[in-house]
Amino acid sequence: MTETTSPKIVEPTIFDLSSPGRTGVTFPASDVPEAGLPPKGLLRSDLPLPELAEVDVVRHYMHLSKFNYSVDSGFYPLGSCTMKYNPKINEDTCRLPGFLHTHPLQPIETVQGNLALMYTLQEWLKEISGFAAVTLQPAAGAHGEFTGVLIMRAYHKSRGDTKRVKMLIPDSAHGTNPASSGMIGLNIVTIPSDERGNVDLKVLKEQCDDTVVGIMVTNPNTLGMFDENIEQVIKMVHDCGGLVYGDGANLNALLGIVRPGDLGIDVMHFNLHKTFAVPHGGGGPGSGPVGVAAHLADFLPEPLVGIVEEENDEEPPLFGFIKPEKSIGRMKSFHGHFGGGLVRSFTYIAMHGPDGLKDIAQYAVLNANYLLARLRDTYHVPYDRICMHEFVAEGQFAGSDVRALDIAKRLMDYNFHPPTNYFPLIVHEALMIEPTETENKDTLDAFADALIKIADEAKTSPELLHSAPHITPFGRMDEVKAARELVLCCWLPENYDENA
Amino acid sequence: MNTPANLKYTKSDEWFDPATGKMGLTDYAQNQLSDIVFLEILVEVGDAVEPGKAIASVESVKASAETYAAAKGNVTAVNSALSDKPETLNSDPYGDGWMIQIEGGDFGDAMDAAAYEEYCAGRTH
Repeated sequence: MTETTSPKIVEPTIFDLSSPGRTGVTFPASDVPEAGLPPKGLLRSDLPLPELAEVDVVRHYMHLSKFNYSVDSGFYPLGSCTMKYNPKINEDTCRLPGFLHTHPLQPIETVQGNLALMYTLQEWLKEISGFAAVTLQPAAGAHGEFTGVLIMRAYHKSRGDTKRVKMLIPDSAHGTNPASSGMIGLNIVTIPSDERGNVDLKVLKEQCDDTVVGIMVTNPNTLGMFDENIEQVIKMVHDCGGLVYGDGANLNALLGIVRPGDLGIDVMHFNLHKTFAVPHGGGGPGSGPVGVAAHLADFLPEPLVGIVEEENDEEPPLFGFIKPEKSIGRMKSFHGHFGGGLVRSFTYIAMHGPDGLKDIAQYAVLNANYLLARLRDTYHVPYDRICMHEFVAEGQFAGSDVRALDIAKRLMDYNFHPPTNYFPLIVHEALMIEPTETENKDTLDAFADALIKIADEAKTSPELLHSAPHITPFGRMDEVKAARELVLCCWLPENYDENA
Repeated sequence: MNTPANLKYTKSDEWFDPATGKMGLTDYAQNQLSDIVFLEILVEVGDAVEPGKAIASVESVKASAETYAAAKGNVTAVNSALSDKPETLNSDPYGDGWMIQIEGGDFGDAMDAAAYEEYCAGRTH
């Protein structure tokens, strides 16, 4: 196997492929009066727009698309991201003309189907999670966190309880938790994990006082562990007057088994793009609805979808928009990611039904435990007990300079997407593996076999790992250069001033 | 792992030189973080710092972390050259990689080199 970091297949940029005069579109003769151009100072002549025929454009992007790895092309065990297979029927429904060709500012009488879908999805998410009310507005998970924490702050403020400035966050939390609270101006207090991966109750107790806004818990946490003391954690925070935020990123492990609202969690975001099969990666579209318990329902963002006229003998109910009494305001223009997120997730939930949703959680947990059982003798697992939908192993071996990154890159040579690495931070050289419920035993075995083989290679030929990947169009990327030199442009205008 | 005997160390991996009043990030920490790509010093000359107060924010290709003051005192100098060359934290953590200098310099219960080495050894599995 040759070791190289130079690309094996080179696809020129679309600018390199451009040739003056080539064109993909012929404009018809203008059927409106000619208008003058804007003043000269507003026009730029240095824009290097590529000129190509349609066939050249199609081939260029087809070539690029083949460099991609996706959940449609192979196993994608990206811990904390729930990269499950997304059923293709979701693509059919979100392209139904009635959904596709609507505008968010249409009169409600003309979009009753859309509103009925949103209302029903709100009701289903309430039933799944045990919350009293749900907003579909937030654009993604972290946006949902931000919304939820604003609601928590508004709740305390409405009671005249203005001393509360402290958000408690376990050290295994997603980085978005402290970021969301920090953006709202709260002080972050980190709560360590105990030796079993649970929230350390002793430290929590010391921190629980009348300045606590709340705690942000992820359960199961990012170690893939169900917090064995979750009810105690919730009670301790409630007893000091704080609220409990649930990070719903790992809801896939609980569907149909445990409802966060029943546990006493006050507010939680859903990641529709994880749990409910909306394609994700590459920046979106996500969807992060937020559910709240009854005492927080009045604070939800406006507008919610509701019934504005009850049904009667002749007419079905009229769906429309309602404003919660003490609403924190709007969190997003229009109504959330309707087609991208809401229609797909509605379809997914409808296709599964209650029993199907329960199967999802059970198979996700079974698959993760199967992989854990196959790998724990080869890779050290620091928090080793029955896991939920994912687990975290160490990508390092005694006496070897092979690190988690090398193992992750080498997996690409076996045609697997690498797991999440270096997260959570409390595990050295973390490899965070989440198989999801959609993979069969053959795939899981092939993946486990590859990781076991790589562990062997780490001993016999570590250089193979250090220089991986070998079979991809591009070899090992220079991550340090990428992080230090933040230049994404392939061209810069001639008069570009980098100090501007 | 390099742990000079003349320095004091914290559990959150900072070093402090009682002779000069300089402080920074330990060799163990830079090795754990791997290639450091960003540094922002959060305090200015004249500020008062004490153990537990964040003095810098550090990012590597793996993670981001806060660096805390290793001793109590007033800031007399800040290594402003460091943010343009954060890789210095990897190559010379105890030399050119110093972050701030303080006067006063009460380092409380900071560890000596032997205790810090033992502490780090207990953290790797």
